[in-house]
Amino acid sequence: MTVTHREAMLEKIEALHAEQAKAIAGGGEKAVARHHARGKLLPRERIELLIDEGSAFLELSPLAAWGSDFPVGASVVTGIGVVEGVECLISANDPSVKGGASNPITVKKIFRASQIAQENGLPTISLVESGGADLPSQKEIFIPGGRMFRDLTRASARKETTIALVFGNSTAGGAYVPGMSDYTVMVKERAKVFLGGPPLVKMATGEESDDESLGGAEMHARVSGLADYLAEDERDAIRIGRRIIARLNRERRASAVEEVALQPSRDPAAPYAEPDADPEGLLDLIPSDLKEPFDPREVIARIVDGVSARNGVAFDEFKPLYGTSLVTGWARIHGQPVGILANAQGVLFSEEAQKATQFVQLANQSDTPLLFLHNTTGYMVGKEYEQGGIIKHGAMMINAISNSTVPHLTVIMGASYGAGNYGMNGRAYDPRFLFTWPSAKSAVMGPAQLAGVLEIVAKQSAESKGEVFDAEGFAGIKQMVEAQVEEQSLPFFLSGMLYDDGVIDPRDTRSVLGICLSVIRNKPIVGTDRFGVFRP
Amino acid sequence: MINRLLVANRTEIASRVFRTCRRLGIETVAIHSDADAGLPYVAEADTAVRLPGNTPGETYLRADLVIEAAQKAGADAIHPGYGFLSENADFARAVVDAGLTWVGPDPSSITSMGSKIGAKELMKAAGVPILEAPESPTETDLPLLVKASAGGGGRGMRIVRALADLEGEIGKAREEAASAFGDGTVFVEPYVERGRHVEVQVVGDGAGDVLVLGERDCSIQRRHQKVVEEAPAPALPQATREALHEAARAAAAAIDYRGAGTVEFLYDEDADRFFFLEMNTRLQVEHPVTELVHGVDLVEMQLVVAEGGSTNGAGSTDGGPDGHAIEVRLYAEDPAHDYQPQSGRLTTFEIPDEPGVRVDRGFVSGSEVSTFYDAMLAKVMVHAATREQACRQLAGVLRRTRIHGLVTNRDQLVAILTDPAFLRAEVSTAFLNDWDGSRQARPADGDVPLAAALAIAETQRLARTVQGRIPVAFRNVPSQPQRTEFEAAGEEPVVAEWWGGRDGYAAAGVRVTGVSTGSTNGAGSTNGAGSTNGVSVTLERDGVATTYDCVVSDLPGRETVDVDAPSGYRRLVRVPRFLDPSEQVASGSLLAPMPGSVVKVLVEQGQQVALGDPVLVLEAMKMQHTVSAPTDGVVTRLDVEPGAQVAAGEVMAVVEEEA
Repeated sequence: MTVTHREAMLEKIEALHAEQAKAIAGGGEKAVARHHARGKLLPRERIELLIDEGSAFLELSPLAAWGSDFPVGASVVTGIGVVEGVECLISANDPSVKGGASNPITVKKIFRASQIAQENGLPTISLVESGGADLPSQKEIFIPGGRMFRDLTRASARKETTIALVFGNSTAGGAYVPGMSDYTVMVKERAKVFLGGPPLVKMATGEESDDESLGGAEMHARVSGLADYLAEDERDAIRIGRRIIARLNRERRASAVEEVALQPSRDPAAPYAEPDADPEGLLDLIPSDLKEPFDPREVIARIVDGVSARNGVAFDEFKPLYGTSLVTGWARIHGQPVGILANAQGVLFSEEAQKATQFVQLANQSDTPLLFLHNTTGYMVGKEYEQGGIIKHGAMMINAISNSTVPHLTVIMGASYGAGNYGMNGRAYDPRFLFTWPSAKSAVMGPAQLAGVLEIVAKQSAESKGEVFDAEGFAGIKQMVEAQVEEQSLPFFLSGMLYDDGVIDPRDTRSVLGICLSVIRNKPIVGTDRFGVFRP
Repeated sequence: MINRLLVANRTEIASRVFRTCRRLGIETVAIHSDADAGLPYVAEADTAVRLPGNTPGETYLRADLVIEAAQKAGADAIHPGYGFLSENADFARAVVDAGLTWVGPDPSSITSMGSKIGAKELMKAAGVPILEAPESPTETDLPLLVKASAGGGGRGMRIVRALADLEGEIGKAREEAASAFGDGTVFVEPYVERGRHVEVQVVGDGAGDVLVLGERDCSIQRRHQKVVEEAPAPALPQATREALHEAARAAAAAIDYRGAGTVEFLYDEDADRFFFLEMNTRLQVEHPVTELVHGVDLVEMQLVVAEGGSTNGAGSTDGGPDGHAIEVRLYAEDPAHDYQPQSGRLTTFEIPDEPGVRVDRGFVSGSEVSTFYDAMLAKVMVHAATREQACRQLAGVLRRTRIHGLVTNRDQLVAILTDPAFLRAEVSTAFLNDWDGSRQARPADGDVPLAAALAIAETQRLARTVQGRIPVAFRNVPSQPQRTEFEAAGEEPVVAEWWGGRDGYAAAGVRVTGVSTGSTNGAGSTNGAGSTNGVSVTLERDGVATTYDCVVSDLPGRETVDVDAPSGYRRLVRVPRFLDPSEQVASGSLLAPMPGSVVKVLVEQGQQVALGDPVLVLEAMKMQHTVSAPTDGVVTRLDVEPGAQVAAGEVMAVVEEEA
């Protein structure tokens, strides 16, 4: 019996949930029970309380550290939530995982979060409870880790408020998280914030001391002044954190478009319509074998706003007859305008590159954010195309997306190989957000091609040395390489490396993009008129 | 002719009299206390006169003020309604003396019927059977009832079941009567254990002509006050019915009665005999059931007679009762707690207006029910072809009635109307004495908290300022359900767990088939205290879909939800999501707000203090700061004396709230 596209996708989604469950489980049942028994909440429980009821929480990098030696999730939860109507970047240590200690991937995940806060101008709320650096891996944390504190104070300098809610340990270097934050709240009898604990102090100066006098919440609230607020308990700390945000005078200055979009309407179809096609159908659309192309218009119809009084056409395709392997056009998502670039036939030719370049320029002219939908095997190779200037044209496309200043969102639906990954605004090109579908694969080229290329190269090398190529012997190597590349091009692996902001259920794409488009509006959207030198 | 009528009363009866006046072209004048200024009857009147104060003694019982109000407002007649001054002969006389038309019987009729002993003598002489205890009662005469002569509505009544208690109970009844009515006269009569209260409506023209408009059964009473009344009386032998009518006619004729009156009888069903109880010389609360089955307007008849017309003048040819009418009195009271009256804001009050239904109401959505007066909200009546149909329809109307904000006897009324014994007309005045709350409990619906939680979520969704249409509680990494906690008196909070996300609301065991806003919140249910939102939630469990009409009020995070469902009405109050600890200082330490010296100590250890009372004065930085009691309570600790230096945050005293 053949497996349908839907069955294959559902299986992958199931696997995704299983991996997410590992992150949610934190330090495991025992550690969680111990934590709860002390009247403490898990990071996601703290976040659930912190954000506005019923609002969305877009968790970022949930599978960080997947495939590494560190626990999935990297002992910290980061994401974007709405607090008192303000979109905030929230990061919360998971104290049930090795006391919330930071490992190299924790640090990387927090860096990514603060990059998002910076690019989108969000306040940062840190829910702090961490035993500091994971000492065995300190060499990978200590030097780069300093950036965490630099980021906090630079955020403050940009008037992006930083708030630390300290629930437990925040000692040594960790003490600078509250130290560098604009506002600090400490939980009575729980928060512990000092540079050196009693043993270290004893060693350093011979002074006898205890935790409370060195770094207790009461002490910091009444004596040192490091704590601006003393909270009765965890819930109270969260309450105070919410009140701080409420007083930031950051009420959203909504754009005219948004004003309309936000109007609570009793008519569910106003002011914009849900997609014309059922997003559920996305599961039927994506072939499990990525060699089989699919029409991205079918995806777009399931993601963008449908036809309504304010949106006469769901997707206005641009240059539909030219460079047909790349679909470009204009649409709205949750009422917000976007320009979309989506691969149709996988391969990018010169025409597609030129079309993309023009489209990116047009989006910059109209200050419209861009959405890239990947399913590309890369730029075309071959004599005809090299001579036709495929490098020149690919470079133009990369030039355009590199210098474009409107926000970019990227979703990797299927293949994302070679320079196609670059041209379609891959991770290195700093899209504001990049999400991956479980069906995605990304590598310098397809595993089979890569292995095949290796074989050819090896054969040539052998032949040039006058040796006989051992095709049979190479088959094992080829197979191994193919398997390795296959594994390393899978979404969990890429997610584990922080090469995306998360793997999402395709059916959630519209909601995720809707949140992203709302978040990017915290900063003005201004397109550029300056690009690098084009070689047309 | 009466041209401008003042109703010396309030709420539903005032509205009801105004209604007839409007139809007849008579201008209307209302009087109102301060507490009643916002009630609908005041607005319905053409003119309203304020009686300063709130208690009945300051307002509706002040004969002088009422007459003055009538004169000021240019009224030429006064209708007393029921209660208050309606059976006060002195008032009636004063009205007449002031040159106004008194819509009621001759003052002498009020006097002669006002004294229960006198009334009985009169009736005895007219050949009407009366309840009378022997001079010296024996065990066989038990139980007996000791009754205050001037009492009414159950007040001052005591049942005696042992002869030895008789003396003492008479003494107590006297005392009670003296303090309550200023008249210590009491009398003793046989107590009919399972008697029925049957009364006959009469209208006299003052010249001996008495029209009998059938009878009513008002046996369903709690604390000797009627709650369900019907016409005609069910299960009454025709001969008895006729005898009752005849006795009532004789009673009214004996005093040349003028106007509408009611002759009340105790009907002993087992023995098929009846006794005269008393005659009410006014319009009764339950008069509408008579109007419904006889097709008359008793107020109009009162007015016609008061103007000197005959009882025929108001089209009162009686062809006997048509069908059956039942009335219930909807009270703001808690049947589960000894019918304790309730007060507060009636946030929603909507009674279905359907064919066959009549509602005489004194309150509307948003009305404030005060503690000063009777807590009857409305009378709801149904007129149908048969008693069974009337009961079923009225129960249905009550079930669909929306009453938010106050506890009412609605569920009890529904239970009575659907009670098999009641439907078999097995009624007596003791019907509710052994009423068991469980009889009125419809099976509890465990999905109500979930419906309320979703109503809150939907309300909050509509109030969003960002990410307006992102699905509620969207999580790309779902880790736990949303939890909404509701208070449960004396128990652990009830927690509703639910999920949001791209497919909408979800919860374990049910299918959320609909969450919609707008349609349930009728125009009448606006509410001054913050905005309210109507949300209708449909949940499907085991294939059965149930719709919950919810109204969400109060601030986000601490909402109150009023839920109307087939299982009944419930008000759910949220456990606040967050509590500011400073808001909830139950017992408090008084901490020094800053370093300084104590200037004055204003309390002693062990002293009782009230919230906000100054406890001590602190001087710091040349400024004096008064430190006040954070709660009502006792000063249990006092650590400082004048001159003492204190550090910031130091505990200076402790005020403990009394348990």
